[in-house]
Amino acid sequence: MAETARRSDGFDVIVVGAGPAGTAAAYTLAKAGIKVALIERGVYPGAKNVMGGVMYSQPVGAIIPNFWDEAPLERHIIEQQYQILSPDSAISGKHRSTQYAVQPHNRYTVLRAKFDAWFAGQADAAGAYLLTNTVVTDPIIDNGRVIGVSTDRPDGDLYANVVIVADGVNSLIAEKLGLRPVIDTVNMALAVKEIVALPRGKIEDRFNLEGDEGATIDIYGEVARGMVATGFIYTNKDSLSVGLGVILKDLVKSGLTPYELLDGMKNHPTIKPLLAGGEPREYLAHMIPEGGYQAMPKLYSDGVLIAGDAAMMVNGFHREGSNLAMTSGKLAAETAIEAIEHKEFGARAMSAYKTKLNNSYILQDLRKYRKLPGFISSRPQIFNVYPQIINDAATEFLTVDSVPKKQKQWKIWRQIVKKRRPLRKLLRDIYEGWRAFG
Amino acid sequence: MAEHVTESIIEHRDVWIFIEQESGLINPVGFELLGEGRRLADDLGDKLVAVILGRDVDELAGDVFARGADKVIIVDDPVLKDYRTYPYRAGLVKLVEKYHPRILLMGATTLGRDLASAVATEVRTGLTADCTELGIDPETKLLTQTRPAFGGNVMATILCRLSRPQMSTVRPRVFKLPPADCDRAGELINETLAISEDEVPTKVLEFRAHTDHSDVEIETADVIVAGGRGLGGAEGFGLLRELADALGGEVAASRPPVEMGWVAVDRQIGQTGKTVRPKLYVAVGISGAVQHAVGMQGSDVIVAINKDPEAPIFKLATYGIVGNLFEVVPALIEALAGVERTSSDVSCEVVEEDG
Amino acid sequence: MNIVVCVKQVPDTTQVRIHAETNTLIREGIPSIVNPYDIHAVEAAVAVKESAGGRVTAITMGPPQAREALKEAISLGADDAVLISDRAFAGSDTLATGYILSEAIRKLHSESPVDLIICGKQSIDGDTAQVGPGIAQRLGFTQLTYVIKITEIDAPGRRIVVERQLERGHQVVEGRLPALLTVVKEMNEARYAPLPNLIKAAKYEPRLFDLAGLGLDRSQIGLKGSPTTVRRIFAPTPRAGGAIIADQSQTPAEAARLLVEKLQADRLL
Repeated sequence: MAETARRSDGFDVIVVGAGPAGTAAAYTLAKAGIKVALIERGVYPGAKNVMGGVMYSQPVGAIIPNFWDEAPLERHIIEQQYQILSPDSAISGKHRSTQYAVQPHNRYTVLRAKFDAWFAGQADAAGAYLLTNTVVTDPIIDNGRVIGVSTDRPDGDLYANVVIVADGVNSLIAEKLGLRPVIDTVNMALAVKEIVALPRGKIEDRFNLEGDEGATIDIYGEVARGMVATGFIYTNKDSLSVGLGVILKDLVKSGLTPYELLDGMKNHPTIKPLLAGGEPREYLAHMIPEGGYQAMPKLYSDGVLIAGDAAMMVNGFHREGSNLAMTSGKLAAETAIEAIEHKEFGARAMSAYKTKLNNSYILQDLRKYRKLPGFISSRPQIFNVYPQIINDAATEFLTVDSVPKKQKQWKIWRQIVKKRRPLRKLLRDIYEGWRAFG
Repeated sequence: MAEHVTESIIEHRDVWIFIEQESGLINPVGFELLGEGRRLADDLGDKLVAVILGRDVDELAGDVFARGADKVIIVDDPVLKDYRTYPYRAGLVKLVEKYHPRILLMGATTLGRDLASAVATEVRTGLTADCTELGIDPETKLLTQTRPAFGGNVMATILCRLSRPQMSTVRPRVFKLPPADCDRAGELINETLAISEDEVPTKVLEFRAHTDHSDVEIETADVIVAGGRGLGGAEGFGLLRELADALGGEVAASRPPVEMGWVAVDRQIGQTGKTVRPKLYVAVGISGAVQHAVGMQGSDVIVAINKDPEAPIFKLATYGIVGNLFEVVPALIEALAGVERTSSDVSCEVVEEDG
Repeated sequence: MNIVVCVKQVPDTTQVRIHAETNTLIREGIPSIVNPYDIHAVEAAVAVKESAGGRVTAITMGPPQAREALKEAISLGADDAVLISDRAFAGSDTLATGYILSEAIRKLHSESPVDLIICGKQSIDGDTAQVGPGIAQRLGFTQLTYVIKITEIDAPGRRIVVERQLERGHQVVEGRLPALLTVVKEMNEARYAPLPNLIKAAKYEPRLFDLAGLGLDRSQIGLKGSPTTVRRIFAPTPRAGGAIIADQSQTPAEAARLLVEKLQADRLL
C-alpha cells in the first residue's frame, strides 16, 4: 500500500462534485464513519443547476429513508402525458394512476437548486466535509495511482486513498485521467430549460391536479424543427419547468439558437395555453450525456471511481439520470468502504464497482438500450416525418366531410408509404427500432 | 425603558433640522430639509428649528432663516472646526436633551449618517436611514418615514412610536429646495459646548479633495455619463469625458467598452460591475440590456441618447433623445457651456426679531 | 491586536421581491450570503492581524443558520467565531441590535481586551449603516466610518491612522484605540480562501452567546426594545420612463437645448 496522506487532513475519500451522484457517495461514506471531502465548484450545491427536474423516490429513499418528510419537493407525479406534435396538431396519450397518489410516491418534481443544497446539507450533517466554491483542476497521480486532487484554492492539494469522480457531464477529471475520450457532440444533448412562474391554482386547473399532485408531459415532434429533439413540461408548486433536449451536433448544424427552439415549442398551439400568463423567471442551458452504454468511459482505475453523468450514466429513453447518478454514487461509496476495510486501493479492488453496477439496474438498463442512441441519430425521421404522418392521419380520419371511412383509410395509407416513407423503409425502421428498444 | 418613562413626563415639540456645513458652506440638503420640515411643522403646529454646529458659523443663520426656519440654534466652538463624531455628537445630544424636539432630520450624507447613528444611540431613540418620503399621520401625529430596502426592491414605511425625537436621515435631492426669503426673521439662540480638545479621540490630519477623475469612485458620484458599444472606441470616450466635465460628472461604461479595453474595469456599471444611484445618469450609445439596467436603474434622473428608438434604455429614461450621439453630444456640450450654474448660495443677513 | 469583526448573513437582495397581492416579502428560495461589505471587513481584520499580530474573532447575530456566515469568516482567516443567537433577539431594530452586539463584545473584551472592531459600511438588506456606530457609542470606542485605508496602527501608542472615503475626497484621521471602523468595498480585495482554512471552516462550531449568557436587559431587545416599527412594506412604483423629448425630426442643437431646459428645471445643472 502506498503512503496514504501527505498532509494531516487525513481524508479517506475525496468526492469531486456535489450533485446527486457525488452527494449520494459522500453521504453513504460519512454515514459509515469515513472521513470524506465533498468538493463542489458552485457557490452552493445546486447553484450550477437551478432548474426543475424529476427525482425518483426509490434511489433517494435507498440512501435517506423517508426523505420525503424533509426534502424540498415540489409535486409528486400522478400523471405522465405524451404529446406528438405537428405544426398545427397534436396527438396525446397519458397514464394516470391513483397508485401514484399514495406514499411512497414514485417520483417528484424538484427544483434542483433547492434539492441539491438540501441533499448536500444531509451529507454535511452526516459528517462529510462540504467544500464549496472550489474547482478541482487535476488529479494527483503517483505511480499510476490516483492519490488526491489539486484545486484552484491556494494551498489547494488534497490527498486521499480513493477519489470518486462525479463532476458531471463535462468531467474534466475523467478526461484528464484518460478514462474517457473527448466526447463526440453526437453523444451530447443540450438541454435548455426555463422556469415559468404560474400561480398554484392555475397549474392545478390546467393539469387537472389537486394539492401537491403533479404531472409531466413529454413532447415529441415538430417542436424539434426536424431535429433529433424532445421537449418536456414538469409541474412544480408554483411554476412550470419547460424545456427541451437536442443533440448538440444537430443544433450546431441547424444554426438555430436553443432559445429559438424553446420559443417555438412554447408557442405551439397545444402548448401555449398551458403556459399562458406565466412569467419566465430563470433560464438555463445544460449538457446531458446521451451516448448511453456505448459512450461510457472506463468506470474505475487505481484509486479512482467514476459515477453519474461523468460516467455517461443517463437513460435517454426513460428520461432517467439523477436516479442512476445516486445509485452509482452509492455503489461507488460502498466500493470505497470495502477498499478501506481491506486497505486495498488498486484497480482490482476498484473493479468491485463495475460488478456492483452490472448487478444493478444501471448497466442492465443501459445495455438494453445501447443501440438506441445510434438508432435515433441515424434516423431523424423519427422526430419529424412520423409525427407529421401520425397527426395528418388523425386529422384526416377525424375530420367529418362525408368521405367514406374506407376511402379515408386508403388515403392515409397512401400518404404514408407514397409521399412520406416508402413501405420498405418504414418496415426497416420498425424492425430496428424494436431491436434498439429490445 | 428609560425613554418611555420620560416620554410621559416631558412634552416633545418642534421639528429640528441639522444644518450640515463644512468650512462655513452649507450642504444644500440642509435647505431641502428646511423646505420639507416647514411642511411637517405646519402640519403639527410646531416650530421649525435649525441647528448649526461648527466654528465661525454665526453668519449662516441668515440663510437658514431665509429658507424657512423659525428658530436657529448655533453652537460655535473651536473644537467643532472640522466635523468629528465625538464633539458633534456631544453637542447635538446636549441640545436634544435640553429642548426635547419631536422630530430631528439630517441629510443622508456620510457626515449625516455618521452623526445621526451616534446621536440616536446616545439618546436611545429610533432612526430611519435614507428616507425618500416623510409625512405626518393624521391620527397619531407620528412621523411616517418611507425608505427603500433590499437594494431598492422594496419600500418600507417606518414609525417611531414612543421614543423621541423621531429621527430620519434623508437622501439629498429628494426634496425641493425652498425659495430664499431674505426678509424672514427668527429667533437666534447661541449654545455652548464644554468639551476640550483633549477629550476628543480623533484628529483630522489632512483632507485630499478629489482632483483627478480617476480618484473618484463612481459609486459616490452625483453625475455619471456612461458610454456603450455605440461610442465605437476609446476616442468616443474622450468625447464623453468632455460631456462629463461640462456636467461635473464622472465617466462610466457598460460592459462591452470595458471588455474592449476602451475604459478601465472599475468604471463598469451593471450586473458584473458596479451598482450606482447618481442624481443624473446619462447613457450614451447604450442599448440598456437588463444586465446594464440593474446597475443604474436606481438613478434619480436617467437621460438616454441612442440612435435606435427601439433600444430598451428608452423605457428607463426620464428623458430620451433619439439621434446620432456624435452629433447630439457635441451639441449638448455646447449648450451646457452657455448655461449659468444655478446656485443655492443666496447670502442673507440675519434679520433680528423684535423682543 | 485583538480584533473583532462583525458579519451579517443577508438574503441576496437582488432577488428579494414583494408579493403583489399580500404585500409581504418573498424570501423563500432566496440564497443567503454574507453581506458583501463584511467580507471586506474580514479581509481588513485579517490583514491587520498579519501585519501587527493578534487574533481575529468574527461575530454575528442571527438565527442558527447564520453560523454559515461565520464559517465563511473562518475560511477567510478569522481565528474564532461567536454566534449570538436567541429567539428573543428576533425583531430587533438597529438600536436593539447595537445593544446586543455591544454586550457580546463587552463579554469578549472582559476575556481579552479588544483593540479594534471592524464592520462593513452597511448591510445590503437594511442599508442603514447604523449598527457599527451604535456599537462604537455604547462601548465608547472611537468611531471611524467609511474607512478606505488603514495607514498606520501604533499599538503601543494606542493610535490608528485611517483614510475615510467621503463625497468630495479622502479624509486622513488619527484616532485613539480602541476604535471601531466601518469599511468600504474599495478598501481591499477579499482573498480566495486557502483550502486548509476551508477544511477548518467546514466543521467549525462557533461559540454561542444567548440572552442568558450575555445577561441582557429584556426590555432593550427584540420588538419590545426596538423604537422603530415597520408600518407597511410595498413594491416601489415602477420607473416612469419612456419620455422621448427629441427625435430625428429635431436638430441636434434643438435636442440639446430641450434637454438642458429639463435638467435645469430639475436643478441638475
